[in-house]
Amino acid sequence: MNRIDELFKRKRESVLSIYFTAGYPELNDTVHIISGLEKAGADLIEIGFPFSDPVADGPVIQASSHRALENGMNLDILFEQLSGIKATSSIPKIMMGYFNTVYQYGIDHFISKCATSGVDGVIIPDLPPEVYEREYRQLFEAAGLHVIFLVAPQTNPERAEYLETLTKGFLYRLSMSGTTGNAIAGDETWGKRSNGKPVLIGFGIHDHATFELACRHANGAIIGTGFIRHLATLEEDRLSKKKIDGRKKDRETKERSEDRGREIAEICKGFIQKIRS
Amino acid sequence: MSKSKYSPDSDGYYGEFGGAFIPEMLVPNITELRENYLKIIESDEFIKEFHHLLRDYTGRPTPLYFAKRLSEKYQTNIHLKREDLNHTGAHKINNTIGQVLLAEKLGKKRIIAETGAGQHGVATATVCALKGLECVVYMGALDVQRQAPNVTKMKMLGATVVPVESGNKTLKDATNEAMRDWINHPDDTYYIIGSVVGPHPYPDLVARMQSVISYEISLQLNTHIGRSFPDYVLACVGGGSNAAGGFYHFLENPAVKLIGAEAAGKGIDTPETAATLALGKTGILHGSKSKLIQDKYGQVIEPYSISAGLDYPGVGPLHSYLQSTGRCTYIPVTDQEALDAAMELTQLEGIIPALESAHALALLSKQKWNRSHHMVIILSGRGDKDMDTYSKYFSHESH
Repeated sequence: MNRIDELFKRKRESVLSIYFTAGYPELNDTVHIISGLEKAGADLIEIGFPFSDPVADGPVIQASSHRALENGMNLDILFEQLSGIKATSSIPKIMMGYFNTVYQYGIDHFISKCATSGVDGVIIPDLPPEVYEREYRQLFEAAGLHVIFLVAPQTNPERAEYLETLTKGFLYRLSMSGTTGNAIAGDETWGKRSNGKPVLIGFGIHDHATFELACRHANGAIIGTGFIRHLATLEEDRLSKKKIDGRKKDRETKERSEDRGREIAEICKGFIQKIRS
Repeated sequence: MSKSKYSPDSDGYYGEFGGAFIPEMLVPNITELRENYLKIIESDEFIKEFHHLLRDYTGRPTPLYFAKRLSEKYQTNIHLKREDLNHTGAHKINNTIGQVLLAEKLGKKRIIAETGAGQHGVATATVCALKGLECVVYMGALDVQRQAPNVTKMKMLGATVVPVESGNKTLKDATNEAMRDWINHPDDTYYIIGSVVGPHPYPDLVARMQSVISYEISLQLNTHIGRSFPDYVLACVGGGSNAAGGFYHFLENPAVKLIGAEAAGKGIDTPETAATLALGKTGILHGSKSKLIQDKYGQVIEPYSISAGLDYPGVGPLHSYLQSTGRCTYIPVTDQEALDAAMELTQLEGIIPALESAHALALLSKQKWNRSHHMVIILSGRGDKDMDTYSKYFSHESH
């Protein structure tokens, strides 16, 4: 059974999904962030793979993507990082990014890498559901990979029904129309559940109050921008600024990685506590 | 023009290129446009108003000028389609007039646009002033610095010019930001895209608005030479709107050879180039599938050309299709070749072309032409905006 389905079978209330951009703040933070979030009590993780032109994102996620690319992040590195924690991490993971990066990587290649790296689902905001259904659905389903679709507030009811039928795992309902990182007000229509599929609210959820608001109306919520802002408080790479003695390098790199892991774990813990409090 | 094999299908595809790769938030806006654009632009009321403004406001039809001295030099018959004589100095206004009328009919109160060199921004600000509509133009912060006169024009026309600080701060980033604005203003805002790019139906819509160019060429040639089509049409291609308009009515006539000039920048074997059709791979940017300059991981590579109107990493899906079927040929032209061609036209015919249009003129020296053939070169814009670049070039040449 797909771990996203297992999660919702076990838990129907206050499900918390956290988004982060892989390769930000540093190239090798991916594993630290995933294990930090998992220990801190997140239910789901959305791993953003960066694109040069993220049109659906606001300034905070844009900047993190830009930085991640400067740090050298790409899909080969990311899948390698994910494979490395496959044995020790059991939290359901969703890959999120723009279609061109998946298209260039090769759809088949992308799917098989997801399957072997412990990825449970995929969100591609600019892949039209009609194209997905016609050209790619069979490939994703054959690999047991859930593709999750978004519904916007102004999506008409007929189309919303189509998206709700097509989505697997849960439905990603936008709290408002806009790019990521904007403010929200509550909306009774969020609560609408259909086909018995779970609903998570995304965009504009950033603190305890907005998370509570979303959880009153749906099965839980997704936080991206708020978490990236929190990560931005992390210090820049300190050791890279120091001259490292060649012979000590390996040991120091390992120590540094452990320090970094502890630091990120603290940040994740603090953030999740603040949201759940 | 009625449905042809060069019109997109109902999902907006030209062969494998085109479509509408947009996030869900934009689906209602794009659906509204897709369901209404043909109904509106084919209505008698729209056609009447569009042609009235093209004639009395823009100054159409633009002349088709037989360039005698240039023709002698290249031993053929060269006709220049003078889009540079349009109000605001380029073909861009054909499209903005059409789209602002469409926006009005859809009841939109606020207009947004992206711009690179500022020509499309000025053409959009102009029609918004004409119609009393709010206008916001997104322009890369670097371009705001480089194209100060056009920024002043847009501000005089009442537009808000938003400098875009993301990415490399040029046209691609301005387009991203305009799309984000549209996502954030789903109800009252209309996005006037400036070229045959973007999600369906924009490539088709803009091509139709610009098709007035080839329509007029056809009528004018009939008067001048007694037949309604040339042997060649030559045009420059960035996104590809003046080429789409100049080719449009000749696409189904195999007797007409169609050649596009892409910006090679410093050369297609250098990283400083914008020759998408020569170098690009199929990819998805700004809502459609087309050729795209990108790295192996699909990250878009910032293009370069001396001409700010041609340094776009993508190209309209129609052109990718026309290239793939062999209907059109696209040839890269370097900065230097374009500058030389601009100088040549200026001295032989007394016409200073825009740097973009100079790329089309540079095709003349790339092959031998037949003495009896007739060719049309689309002179898409005038050179006023490029005087800084020209003056740097000539001060360099004179040393």
